[in-house]
Amino acid sequence: MTTNEVYRIALAGNPNTGKSTLFNALTGLKQHTGNWAGKTVSLAEGSVHYKKSTYRLIDLPGTYSLYSNSTDEEVARNYIVFEKPHVTLVVLDATSLERNLNLALQVMEMTSNVIVCVNLIDEAKKRGIEIDELKLMRQLGVPVLKISARNKTGFPALLDTIDRMIRGEITTSPYAIQYNDEIEGKISELVPNVKKLVGDRFPSRWIALRLLDGDTSLLDEIQKRMHQEEESTWNTVQKTSGSHLENF
Amino acid sequence: MEYSSENERQSFRELLNQANELSTSSLRDEVVSSLYQTSQQICSRTVRFTKSKEDKKTERLDAVFTSPIWGFPIMLAMLGLIFYLTIAGANVPSSMLASFFTWLEDYISMAFFALNSPDWLHGVLVLGLYRGTTWVISVMLPPMAIFFPTFALLESYGYLPRVAFNMDRLFKKVGAHGKQSLTMAMGFGCNAAAVLSTRIIESPRERMLAILTNNFVPCNGRWGTLIVLASLFMAAGFTGGMKTLVSSGVIVGIVIFGIFVTFVVSWVLSKTMLKGVPTHYTLELPPYRRPKFFDTVVRSSLNKSYAVLMRAIKIAAPAGILTWVFANIYIGDTSIFMYGVNFLDPFAQSLGLDGYIMLAFILGLPANEVVLPILLMGYLSTGSMLEVDNLADLKNIFLDQGWTWLTALNMMLFSLLHYPCGTTLINIYKETKSYKWTFVAFLIPTVIAIGVTFAVAQLVRGMGWV
Amino acid sequence: MNLYEGNKGDRIRIKEVAIEGVMRRRLLDLGFVPGAIVDVLKKSPLGDPIAFRVSHTTIALRKEESIKITGELIQHDNE
Repeated sequence: MTTNEVYRIALAGNPNTGKSTLFNALTGLKQHTGNWAGKTVSLAEGSVHYKKSTYRLIDLPGTYSLYSNSTDEEVARNYIVFEKPHVTLVVLDATSLERNLNLALQVMEMTSNVIVCVNLIDEAKKRGIEIDELKLMRQLGVPVLKISARNKTGFPALLDTIDRMIRGEITTSPYAIQYNDEIEGKISELVPNVKKLVGDRFPSRWIALRLLDGDTSLLDEIQKRMHQEEESTWNTVQKTSGSHLENF
Repeated sequence: MEYSSENERQSFRELLNQANELSTSSLRDEVVSSLYQTSQQICSRTVRFTKSKEDKKTERLDAVFTSPIWGFPIMLAMLGLIFYLTIAGANVPSSMLASFFTWLEDYISMAFFALNSPDWLHGVLVLGLYRGTTWVISVMLPPMAIFFPTFALLESYGYLPRVAFNMDRLFKKVGAHGKQSLTMAMGFGCNAAAVLSTRIIESPRERMLAILTNNFVPCNGRWGTLIVLASLFMAAGFTGGMKTLVSSGVIVGIVIFGIFVTFVVSWVLSKTMLKGVPTHYTLELPPYRRPKFFDTVVRSSLNKSYAVLMRAIKIAAPAGILTWVFANIYIGDTSIFMYGVNFLDPFAQSLGLDGYIMLAFILGLPANEVVLPILLMGYLSTGSMLEVDNLADLKNIFLDQGWTWLTALNMMLFSLLHYPCGTTLINIYKETKSYKWTFVAFLIPTVIAIGVTFAVAQLVRGMGWV
Repeated sequence: MNLYEGNKGDRIRIKEVAIEGVMRRRLLDLGFVPGAIVDVLKKSPLGDPIAFRVSHTTIALRKEESIKITGELIQHDNE
């Protein structure tokens, strides 16, 4: 019987979505949450114990996208793609779902182990916003849960979903955005060559798309990571665990 | 091995070339609009708005908080309220802590004597380390425990981005970012914490400006000095309510002067050293949300107050020991402390100060809170830091040393403008990862402090006002 | 017209974002994409920056940027 396995769960989301509130509420790790962009620059970590497993939660920087326009975005992107957390929780603000969904769609291009948390559901209700999460789940092809981090509602279902995803009981089929024919054509031209280089280690469609977007630093990063991988089965995490007090 | 690695590099290069050939500049726009269209489609199927889409509550509040008429008065009132809560609220717990530590000191001293420990050990550990550290705790902890949670509540509520919205025009004029107003406000509590808080400014150039000028808002550790000197010397001719009003007026004047210097320095830097580094500005105004009162207060008190305090103690403790050692080691019949005083005196006099004050500022580099106690220790030559309970006694001590209102004014100005404390400098280094910028952050205020006090002293003396 | 010329209550559909580099990317991420609908919410007390509502969030932009985002007025809310 395997007891106390440790799994890494990354939290991604826009600024001001209550992502850090969720992080604090789940881990009990005391860290101040700001009400604006770019508050957590280095990554805070905390643990949750659930059903004999330990979830190590990593609070990624709050970003509007993952196109590496800023250090924050690059940190978040690199973590999801290269550190491959067991599950990525995407925290969305129920009151501005449209903009928030962009980030979820971007994450879903990078990994299929995604759970979408629609947060601030109490706020949305007050403002007359109704979200059909079952429909949303069918549309997105990944689990969708409504929560309110500040009122600590929806947590049991969330933890249970994480648990089932880790144990492989949930198969996701993340929604893949269809771009126009021209872009799709270019992607299919590139993908075989990307696959030849990186194999199945990294998401090749996503890499192709980023390369087409002119993200040249990504290839250097991939090369670097692949060499590290050869040298040792590394498991280094850019963590600053325990230093959250200094990083208020 | 070499060969295969070279091979691999080659294929990476080929891939890159292929991608570059296929890439077009409009591709990014296409990608993002596909993304938005998809989001819109999904939302239109899954989200229903039963009321109007606008957030009426936030709009109503914004109409007040960012109103052309009420925006600025409300902002000033909020700032005033935070100061008032901090200064007034910290008074009682501060003196309670101080008397508790004094009470405890007697017992510690008794224990030292009972154990027949040598005098110097008692001197270093109790009169130096213990007094230095406990002074800092009793002066710093209560205001921090009030200031930070209050600030955090406003932050969680969503008010602070509005301040940045209101103020941005002014900051833009000097090449800075509106969010600098927030890091400045944070600086009133603690410059070291404020330097970390500049992370909210995404553009590197504006962030550097905010770091380099943060010191010109007086922190918690300097309020004590400013308040004591203002009430002793600036409002001397007044009594009762008028006295409080005049000394508050003087302090407000000092703060405004500090803000003025901030703008001037930002403007000069953005025209010289920090010219040309690109700038971009977007500011999200999130909806107002009622903060979880208890969570916010506990979290911010624990994190910020605790962290800032621990650092201050780490630095104040050695300063306490060092001061005691300097004052008690004699070369001939003069202590090292007095050598320093005599050496600095001529220079300090030209700034309208004296050697004791200058040495106190130098020894007070680790933490601004210890400047006043070191100064008093020097004046009374007790060889250890002390606390004076009675303000009238304090004034007599100063007058005996030949103080005038000019001495007081220039000490206030020097305190406002001089180099950042040790903790702040360490944080500046951590944030900029550059010795050069850390040194610049030290140099600019120091030069300004010397220049301003020199000019004031020469002017006042030249006009025969003292 | 450009966004800077918009008055409170105007609703504008974006046609072009004539900004390059990192700022363009940031604006796109925030929802200032061609075709998006922007509401002009209010000016700062000193006239600049101006707050806009775009995809359900409020974003303030300075004159330098808002003047380069052009579009057509599709509705004016006369309150």
